[in-house]
Amino acid sequence: MHLSRPARIALRAAAALGFAVIYVPLLLVLVNSLNPDRSASWPPPGLTPHWWSVAWRNSGAREAVWVSVKAGLGATAIALVLGTLIAFAVARHRFFGRGTLSFVVVLPIALPGIVTGIALNSAFGTVLKPLGVGLGLFTVVVGHATFCIVVVFNNVVARLRRTSGSYEEAAMDLGANTFRAFADVTFPLVRSALLAGGLLAFALSFDEIVVTTFTAGPGVETLPIWIFNNMTRPQQAPVVNVVAAVLVLLSVIPIYVAQRLSADTATGSRV
Amino acid sequence: MARTAGRLAGVLHRHPRLRLTLLLTAPLLWLAVLYLGSLTVLFVSAFWTTDSFTSQVVKVWSTDNFHALLTTPVYRQVVVRSVAVALAVTALCAVIAFPLAFYTARVAKPRWRPLLVVAILTPLWASYLVKVYAWRLILSEGGLADWMLGPFGTGGPGFGLPATVLTLTYLWLPYMVLPIHTALAQLPSGLLDASADLGARSWRTFRSVVLPLVLPSVAAGSIFTFSLSLGDYITVQIVGGKTQLIGNLVYANIELNLPMAAALGTVPVVVIVLYLLLMRRTGALSSL
Repeated sequence: MHLSRPARIALRAAAALGFAVIYVPLLLVLVNSLNPDRSASWPPPGLTPHWWSVAWRNSGAREAVWVSVKAGLGATAIALVLGTLIAFAVARHRFFGRGTLSFVVVLPIALPGIVTGIALNSAFGTVLKPLGVGLGLFTVVVGHATFCIVVVFNNVVARLRRTSGSYEEAAMDLGANTFRAFADVTFPLVRSALLAGGLLAFALSFDEIVVTTFTAGPGVETLPIWIFNNMTRPQQAPVVNVVAAVLVLLSVIPIYVAQRLSADTATGSRV
Repeated sequence: MARTAGRLAGVLHRHPRLRLTLLLTAPLLWLAVLYLGSLTVLFVSAFWTTDSFTSQVVKVWSTDNFHALLTTPVYRQVVVRSVAVALAVTALCAVIAFPLAFYTARVAKPRWRPLLVVAILTPLWASYLVKVYAWRLILSEGGLADWMLGPFGTGGPGFGLPATVLTLTYLWLPYMVLPIHTALAQLPSGLLDASADLGARSWRTFRSVVLPLVLPSVAAGSIFTFSLSLGDYITVQIVGGKTQLIGNLVYANIELNLPMAAALGTVPVVVIVLYLLLMRRTGALSSL
């Protein structure tokens, strides 16, 4: 499209402004972690790495990271299994309710987190409580897995749709049985999609706060919950600043790896 | 061992239904029984009531909660406010996203374009809470907003409804930029050339050719910006001051009046479904 010079300049300026709006808040978080002052007033009176070492020794934050990692690994493992099973069923079979199933998979992430949260919370209350199982890490894992299934499903089903079933048929014509064809042909084809999906699922779980609020028992504090609880405490502000800065730095990793793994799935799969 | 595996493989191969059953049993137990089951119980419980003395749920069918929802002024105000916030966030996102996507899809040098898309995507992966926290830092007293606006004789907006709209716009902006970028990038140059050959200038081409073709993608992006804003209650707690949105009301009712919380929770779900149906007419769902 031929644009006039002023239009081009205006668009460049608007885009530059847009990128500034996107990145300034994140840069601010990074700078603020070096702020010697407890308040967030700008500009900071100086820069110091002091709070990074304080945060490193903070037991609350450390424990929360550990809880988040455990919840994320558990949820990712379940989501990988269930998401892959559904992806194979949807991509390789025709059955009644196939469209509905693809819809139900998306539902946990499409509905507001608070709705999913209280639904699971009251279900756990009525079903698990009489069995003597209270809310804890286990229920967090169940809650997270429910909305993580969709990212694994999306990645794997996209890959399966692009690779037709004729590869497997060829393997079987050559004498491979169902298991052999899966291990030698199908699995290598979907491996990178599984990795990307698993990574995205872990990132999603690691970041989640609303469903966690309603499924975590007392004493189970994931990192987002810890940040939320400590955000308004002036005493803890510097440590929260450092944790936030670390999370900003870490967030570059999943997008980079997912992008490398599968260009076709990484873009839209947060959805 | 190998023989049994071989025989099993044969059985599986000859019975696709059995294969399908094995594939679907576990996922269906999880999604249909656990998840949909809990959702159903929740929405059924919206028709129950609560004993106001003991806070115990009384399982007697009644539409009292929905009656209260429709007649209590506070509830009505909050619902209207929440929908207005979601619409404002969506409009703001569209206005900011359009020039940004236009630049990344058609103005920037082709070899920079993939990199620019990644630049828009990367913040999407930064923690939700950290992004809200960043805006808390910006908008807090003496923060960056005050510092930048100080020379103009005003301060930042502080915490409140504008801060909430601003922060939510920031959070969901990439969801709007991406579909618009994709649509603009796929726009055949031939159409634009044809429009120019027929005498249309940039603005006319934009209005009569580009906009109608990109609108379904704007609608697709709006599904995310709208529904994510409508369900949010954390952001408003952090930067919203005393502002209450529908999510806060749900949250406030959970402990003491679960049926009321469930009834309130149906509001965003119903509004989102209506919005989806509305957007489906624009063809947005097929361009997701």
